[in-house]
Amino acid sequence: MNDVVIIGNGPAAHRLAERLRHHGHEAGLTLLGEEPEPAYHRTLLPHYAAGSLARPSLHLPPVPGARVHLGTVVTAIDRERQRVYAYRHGIETVHRYDTLVLATGARPDVPDVPGLREPGGGPAPGVTTLRTTADCDRMNGGSVVVLGGEPLGVEAASALAARGNGVTLVCPGAHPLHDRVDDVCGGMLTARLEAAGVTVLGAATAVRRTPGHLELSDGTTLSADTVVLCAGVTPDTRLARAAGLDVGAGIVVDDRLRTSDPSIHALGDCAQFDGQTLIGISGAHEQADTLARILTGRPAVHRRVPRILRVRSRAADLSCIGSPADFDRPGTRQITLTDRTRLRYARVAVRDEHVTAAVLFGVPQAIATIGMLHRSDRRLPGDLLGLLLDLPPRPASDSAGASADPVVCLCNHVTRQRLHRAWQDGARTVPALASGTRATTGCGGCGQAVEELCGQWARGTRDLVEETCPALSS
Amino acid sequence: MSEPPARVPKAGTHCPYCALQCGTVLSGGEGTGVTVRPADFPVNRGRLCQKGWTAPELLTAADRLTQPLLRTGDGRLAPASWDTALDTVAERLTAIRDRYGPDALAVFGGGGLTNEKAYLLGKFARLALGTSQIDYNGRFCMSSAASAGNAAFGMDRGLPFPVTDLRSADTVLLAGANPAETMPPLMQHLDRAELIVIDARRTATAQRAALHLQPVPGTDLALALGLLHIAVVDGLHDQAYIAARTRDFEPAARRAMAWWPERVEETTGVPVSSLRRAAHMLADAGSAYVLTGRGVEQHSTGTDTVAAFINLALALGLPGTDRGGYGCLTGQGNGQGGREHGQKADQLPGYRSLTDPAARNHVASVWGVAPEDLPGPGRSAYELLDALGSDDGPRGLLVFGSNPAVSAPDAARVVRRLASLDLLVVADFVPSETARMADVVLPVTQWAEEEGTLTNLEGRVLRRRALLPPPAHVRGDLQVLHDLAVRLGQPAARYPVAPAEVFEELRAASRGGRADYSGISYERLDAGEALHWPCPETPEPHPGTPRPFQDRFAHPDGLARFAEVDHRGPAEETSSGYPLYATTGRVLAHYQSGAQTRRVAELLDAVPEPYVEVHPDTAARAGLAEHGHALVSSVRGSMTARVRLEPTMRLDTVFAPFHFAADGRANLFTHAALDPRSGMPEFKVCAVRLEPVPGATP
Repeated sequence: MNDVVIIGNGPAAHRLAERLRHHGHEAGLTLLGEEPEPAYHRTLLPHYAAGSLARPSLHLPPVPGARVHLGTVVTAIDRERQRVYAYRHGIETVHRYDTLVLATGARPDVPDVPGLREPGGGPAPGVTTLRTTADCDRMNGGSVVVLGGEPLGVEAASALAARGNGVTLVCPGAHPLHDRVDDVCGGMLTARLEAAGVTVLGAATAVRRTPGHLELSDGTTLSADTVVLCAGVTPDTRLARAAGLDVGAGIVVDDRLRTSDPSIHALGDCAQFDGQTLIGISGAHEQADTLARILTGRPAVHRRVPRILRVRSRAADLSCIGSPADFDRPGTRQITLTDRTRLRYARVAVRDEHVTAAVLFGVPQAIATIGMLHRSDRRLPGDLLGLLLDLPPRPASDSAGASADPVVCLCNHVTRQRLHRAWQDGARTVPALASGTRATTGCGGCGQAVEELCGQWARGTRDLVEETCPALSS
Repeated sequence: MSEPPARVPKAGTHCPYCALQCGTVLSGGEGTGVTVRPADFPVNRGRLCQKGWTAPELLTAADRLTQPLLRTGDGRLAPASWDTALDTVAERLTAIRDRYGPDALAVFGGGGLTNEKAYLLGKFARLALGTSQIDYNGRFCMSSAASAGNAAFGMDRGLPFPVTDLRSADTVLLAGANPAETMPPLMQHLDRAELIVIDARRTATAQRAALHLQPVPGTDLALALGLLHIAVVDGLHDQAYIAARTRDFEPAARRAMAWWPERVEETTGVPVSSLRRAAHMLADAGSAYVLTGRGVEQHSTGTDTVAAFINLALALGLPGTDRGGYGCLTGQGNGQGGREHGQKADQLPGYRSLTDPAARNHVASVWGVAPEDLPGPGRSAYELLDALGSDDGPRGLLVFGSNPAVSAPDAARVVRRLASLDLLVVADFVPSETARMADVVLPVTQWAEEEGTLTNLEGRVLRRRALLPPPAHVRGDLQVLHDLAVRLGQPAARYPVAPAEVFEELRAASRGGRADYSGISYERLDAGEALHWPCPETPEPHPGTPRPFQDRFAHPDGLARFAEVDHRGPAEETSSGYPLYATTGRVLAHYQSGAQTRRVAELLDAVPEPYVEVHPDTAARAGLAEHGHALVSSVRGSMTARVRLEPTMRLDTVFAPFHFAADGRANLFTHAALDPRSGMPEFKVCAVRLEPVPGATP
């Protein structure tokens, strides 16, 4: 038997449980979730916080055959005896495992600022992080200040603003995402957020909070019924560290997602593979799929996930591929486009026809296409500029696209020459051309084109008449 | 003998090809040649595409089958008399049945057969052969939409409204449908609407769209889930409608919650902003329709994909209202009627289930047999073809109105299965690729030579009328079934040969079924009545049901069902050896396997040979240039095709039409992964590589 215990009940843990069942895992499958809430989409919390989605809408479908213990706080792992100790409603529970999976996620950072942090380290009243549904329930409407220039801050601020909340986004850099995008792109991002109703205050940090107010480093004081902390997260490695597993920034795993103890695996935000941590929901899904295959005896190896930061905000279309350092790698060609009027920006680093890094703003098709090409390790199109500017595709240079005798009526495969012959034979109106060639009689879409040709040829004849015999045309 | 000058004979009928069934008037006759002109019929209103205009040419195809053919000892197909051919077939069928049992005999029908033929073919299989092994090529066409429609609405009527309703639409979503090529005269009804087209290619239809979403092949389900997600998060869904007219919204919506727009973008390659725009265009329209076609249906996830689009339509409150609806654009000429009258593996006439005891009782009583004499459900089309000649599979096969050697997925495998049969009998009017493999070929009538009914894509029953007598020695399919049945010891009266007589029996058999035709008669149709099923027989003539869901859906509680579906992806993913997605489809000039349209000079001239559409960069990287010859290969096989460079193609996708024969068959590379519910094969996506044909100049 291979009884699997998963510590965690977030999206990564849920996905793993679902995939294990999908691959026929029949033995025990237990999830230990700290929150009282069934598994839910963390990604959608900004919509819940903003009131666009009711709580049940967030819930993930239950995994048949999985035992889920909610409100269960794991206290220790006994690797020797392969047991997990936990508390639930004050009662200790013990869970034996053959395979243990750590999916403990990440914990939001709470800055050590007077009035923001409780002595215990948690957020003070009127202050909340944005990691759980309980966090969202701590928001009490009115004026909201979102602290932090991270993607989550941008997403939360724009979701709240879309529902009519007064929202201020305070970020430490000159603009949100200052460590990912330059000032030009950051300025466009700020402009889009402002247009969506978010007040953006750059180059500012919180220095003190008093009830209803927040003082900033630049001396301003904001009205703030709720302060939302989006100042980053840290992989939750506490249990792993206490159990003596190798831990760096996250819990260190190999390409089979194994920790330094072969019967313990880790995945999602808490794990560290090849130096990567906090890989986001897509990466976590990929790891869960891989681990489910590994645990059910299928061949599978985990590889680095492509690093793509796709901001989930309807106010701003932004995607960052790779890290800022990737732009400086040797042998890359760089292309930068700036369209200040239409707020479009693209900076792309290319090597061997592959994108190695990119910052794309306001260019939806390029964001979708380049992201997909990067993820599947495919080559870029030859006409990269056309893609970035969303220009209509160019006909291939050696294509028959510019045919000497184009088909005018697709439905009846009538070419221009055939129409012209019919015209010369006396079919001088659209109905006459239709009965002579069947053009326009299918979908009717070419009606206008045929009419225009008709007129053109008629004018041509007149011009000819005027040229050769001016007296006739007067 | 002196005769008065003959009036030119005329017949008001319908085009022989697609499910739009454009009204036409045929005139002329033997000797003078047949001409066609479009009629002012509601679906086409005086329009016709090139296939329809040139259809008469097929009547005199040079290689038209005009006498039975029998495979001789030296392997040739040689002319034989009808008696010899039919005696041979009956003897060999009997021998196989005696030795291996009735399920060693099988029948493969077609979605182009008239209602009468489809009905009699099902009856023949179940009674004269006694086999459960009957299915038809409509399985490759409509089955996913049918199973999703039945589950959602309790009834599968392709379009539950006349196509003319589309004229008032503000927004129409065409999901995997390309009517500008596949049924051009339909486009006039879409002139007013803003179109949203979902297609991996920039088709002729997509070029007219206000918004074209161009997903990676095999990801339509994720796309549909994403549109529902946006509808829910943005509050676009119609909560009053959902509460009053539907069930099971929550579990369906819960699946969609996992498909936030950025995840859908990552999976489909469709930009988030386009997804949002599509959802809002549908929701903000005064009148909106969601229509699906083969592009989203021909997948191993086809049923769920259609269900996801139905979910979207239901969430927006469209089906069964004056504000719009959902429908599928049926493909084959009688794709709708052909799926209702018993040539489907699990069905009895009237769209009845073969496993429902009440249905069995009813049909058995109409047929004058005991219910226990009716076999149970058999294999679905591809499973049937794949079982041919195997230890527990059929050893004798009768094919009517189908050309699976070209049209079935993984065609080389299907051809091997056909070749392994003890007996292959094909009834057709031209020597199709399948007919050329047959032991016995039976020449049958075609459209302008026969009477009958077809049911078009909107569920309207139409009359097909004869202009000409068939050539000497050509028989109608009904006659062939009759002749065979009698030789197999069946009572002659059980297999009428007059279409009107068969229709009368069909009416009785369908009475009380979901597709109830009992109130429809040739007289009413010939009087010009527009009758859509269900049309039960009532004391006052029933007016038919053009819009069946206006008051209630066809489930007993009257409510439509949301389906809890999730994205699974295609059965075959790309790999380093097969790095591209291939998708297959139709071109305007050809129809299905091309057995008919490749014999019409004008159509062959328009599209003379198999080709593959490729993005210029993808072609260049594969060492291919415009007009060169490419091998398009999957792990299953290779198609040889002329290269067409098409800059609007996705870089990761190639397209090939499936209308061509021999090594130009696109189905040599397609994947036979089947939808678990509908049995639909995955025609629309598989993994391929491109390379120059060895030895050819690129």
